[in-house]
Amino acid sequence: MTLWHTVLLASIIVLALKLAGYSVPAAWFAGERRSRVLELTTISLLAALAAVQTLGQGELIVVDARVPAMAVAMLMFWAKVPFIVVIIAAALTAAALRALGLAG
Amino acid sequence: MNTSSAVWRKSLSVAGATALYGVSFGALAIASGLDLMQTMVLSLLMFSGGSQFALLGVIAAGGGAAAAVATSAVLGVRNTLYGISLNTELRPRRAVMPVMAHLTIDESTAVALSSADARMRRLGFWVTGVGVFVGWNATTLIGALVGDLLGDVRTYGLDAAAAAAFIGLLWPRLKNRQAVAVGVASAVLATALVPVLPAGVPILLSVVVALVVGTTNWLGTKSKKTPVKEAA
Repeated sequence: MTLWHTVLLASIIVLALKLAGYSVPAAWFAGERRSRVLELTTISLLAALAAVQTLGQGELIVVDARVPAMAVAMLMFWAKVPFIVVIIAAALTAAALRALGLAG
Repeated sequence: MNTSSAVWRKSLSVAGATALYGVSFGALAIASGLDLMQTMVLSLLMFSGGSQFALLGVIAAGGGAAAAVATSAVLGVRNTLYGISLNTELRPRRAVMPVMAHLTIDESTAVALSSADARMRRLGFWVTGVGVFVGWNATTLIGALVGDLLGDVRTYGLDAAAAAAFIGLLWPRLKNRQAVAVGVASAVLATALVPVLPAGVPILLSVVVALVVGTTNWLGTKSKKTPVKEAA
């Protein structure tokens, strides 16, 4: 698959999933266990993405400026600071540590 | 009278915040090796921040196409659930359904369902959905255009911003012990697998945690989510 195939295929699937919400019988997703598994699946993926985006570099684990930036972000989310402020603060933390040569 | 203006204010502030963050998506997409058209196709057609950043994350890490597509698709499943709720609550006309489906994302769903009144729900959905769509695409374009000039996005901490964004999407979902346990275990599992599996695969495999905990309801409370069930 070329990069174009990846982009188009993923986009079409995500769009189809949105359309499915308006056309499949709601019963498919009903039931306590099924809705719990679906909700937990989203949690699993988001947590894994956050961890790998913070610590991963290709197939290596690298501790660099992303780690303190993530700590700042988590503290701010915990303190209920608005989303966009947290995102900017996380970027600034990593950028500042790198500019000062304190972290890679 | 101020109910509808409150909905407008809320919708537009959500749209404005999301749009700001579109700049970092655009710049990161270019840094991950996508061209301008591919970046715009993602924001215009996929139009779901979590899935878009997930696709970039896997591609930038050198992951395979299948892992990239699968990760963004699995994250997209929550939009299906939003669609089911919105279809039930807002009862849209058949003609507007495709447009409504396309605008069904975290933000539009959250704003819509935060109002009690049906008319305000519709207003919240459409203003937020259209607002985010326009803002997100405009700022993606800006980010992609300046992305080339920026050089290394790490200098600006954009890699850390993407990580923080995933945590931001995750945070409101950590409502109970079970959710927190699944989040922590998934993060640990995915990190541990990074050195031994191809990029992107560790993220997908973290879903095993959700499947096991969700099926057995380990750490779960019986009545917390659906108290109605207990009577049945």
